[in-house]
Amino acid sequence: MTATTPSQQEFVDPGGDVLRCEHIAKRYGAVTALTDVNLHLKRGEVLGLIGDNGAGKSTLLKILCGFQPPSSGRIVLDGRDVTFKSVDHARSLGIDAVYQDLALINQLTVYQNMFLNRELIRWPLVRNGIMRKEARERLDSIGVQIPSVNAPVATLSGGQRQAIAVARSVFSNPKILLLDEPLAAMGVKEGAIILDLITRLKREGNVSIIMIAHNYAQVIEVCDRINLIQGGQITLDKQTSETSAEELTELVVQEYRKALEERQRADGAA
Amino acid sequence: MSETAERTVGQTGAPQPGPTGFGGAMVRGLRLLGRQREATVFVIAVALFLYFLFDKGSDFTSKSNQVLLWSDFTPPIIIIALGEVFLLICGEIDLSVGFVVGFAPYLMHFLTDYYGFPGLLAIFFALLLGVVVGLVNGFFTVTIGVPSFITTLGTGFVLMGLINTTSHDQPAQIPADVLGIGKWINNYAWAPIIWAVLLTAVMHIVLTRTRWGLHTVSSGGNLLGAREAGINVGRIKYGNFMITGLLGAFVGLQQMYYTDNIAPTAGSYQWMFYAVTAAVIGGTAMLGGVGTIIGAFFGAVVLGILLDGFPLIGVSADPLFIIFGVAILVAMVANVQLTRLRERGQR
Repeated sequence: MTATTPSQQEFVDPGGDVLRCEHIAKRYGAVTALTDVNLHLKRGEVLGLIGDNGAGKSTLLKILCGFQPPSSGRIVLDGRDVTFKSVDHARSLGIDAVYQDLALINQLTVYQNMFLNRELIRWPLVRNGIMRKEARERLDSIGVQIPSVNAPVATLSGGQRQAIAVARSVFSNPKILLLDEPLAAMGVKEGAIILDLITRLKREGNVSIIMIAHNYAQVIEVCDRINLIQGGQITLDKQTSETSAEELTELVVQEYRKALEERQRADGAA
Repeated sequence: MSETAERTVGQTGAPQPGPTGFGGAMVRGLRLLGRQREATVFVIAVALFLYFLFDKGSDFTSKSNQVLLWSDFTPPIIIIALGEVFLLICGEIDLSVGFVVGFAPYLMHFLTDYYGFPGLLAIFFALLLGVVVGLVNGFFTVTIGVPSFITTLGTGFVLMGLINTTSHDQPAQIPADVLGIGKWINNYAWAPIIWAVLLTAVMHIVLTRTRWGLHTVSSGGNLLGAREAGINVGRIKYGNFMITGLLGAFVGLQQMYYTDNIAPTAGSYQWMFYAVTAAVIGGTAMLGGVGTIIGAFFGAVVLGILLDGFPLIGVSADPLFIIFGVAILVAMVANVQLTRLRERGQR
């Protein structure tokens, strides 16, 4: 931070936050997915976002990558208010996401998927040769094994597919990387590859990461800080060093128990 | 049987041996055909051509018949199929294109004869009509959210009504102003097939080697995924409706020059049905994400040969549709099975 150039200084938020969300809400008709989300992401940090299914994690992620607009609230990127017009727009500002469903096209090959909507072109044609070569090099460099970059992704295993989706976003050189359950379908070895990759990115320090995950042991392993999202808002913000997998599990289960008790009480009253 | 079972049990964990013997060769052959979707229909097209070529005493080989086959029957089906393939791949269909074929020449005729437009400008507007119809189809399908089957059923009827109303069901002469331009489109006997081959080459490259083609496949293969990747799916669909309309208008003018008049009957559902049939027997799936331009080309050639050849060997046009119907069913079953086989083989 000491060696920032003047031009960089203009953009650097005094608090060191690369991204801030203030009072983000999202409603779909009568359904409220997010009520009031306040979140900040420090430069070079890996933030773990946890919470039970339906808590609003994926909704928040899809707002942050420009896939859908929030109903209300403010997003501050590098100290400036931004309104994402589209996924492309967010990507041009340095935000890239790996979605839960991976956004892979089964009918296209591995390399076509790795360059999906980021194709290298010499107008009007796409440059297949160089894309094949780069896709192979990128996958090799992170140790992902696939039979061929010319194989349709439909023929790959769940873990391989996930690795390709993660590699696609990582190699777009984003400033902020959003990962929605990047380890969900992975075996132990593939999971280790992605965890190593995240750790490496963290060490290099050029990218800040928000990662949604259900495996709290893995969250503890790679994340610097953890936010718990419950009922559409952030209810806990702790440094990883101050918490444990057991505590996180307990927090999520507690919510379920409370809801169950409330329902039983309501049933009893009726 | 028990031997193979033992072998597989004994080899668990080791790489699986490839299939052997006749069955293995069959599986490998089918797998190859499955990988090259166009191969099946290409073989059928060649076989049919040879069948009629060597059929005794028929008129199939005469030059006049070859011109009929390659300039009359086949090119309109090919050219319209090019558009339908793009639409089917991105998960849509255009039922209205046959009436663009019919209306484009009338629009040109009205503009030159009633409004004094110069010929070239009138032709430009006739082609633009196709683009505008595509825009309207895109508007109702993409922006309003009506399924394209319904949208284009509607716009098709509207166009049919417009043809009948504005022409008072009367044919018309080709305006003298545009006769000269016809040389570029149709005067040379082999011109239509040359156009069809050129357009096929262009559209094949667009589908396989450009962002537009890849994004068309993506939109039909995984709509949500394509959106998440930032692809403007709506733009792709709008564009493909407009391309199909433009190709329909072009075929309309081609047909006008070929038949040497403008007739209300030129517009019909038949064009769309033949084009979709060609696409389907060429290996394009109705579910989106999968399709080939080369396959559709040979699919259209198959239809052309059947349409041309059967009457020549004395089969009336009536049972022809039975053959078409069976061909569609066989092609669909084959495609589904080959895809399944291919995926199993590569997993």
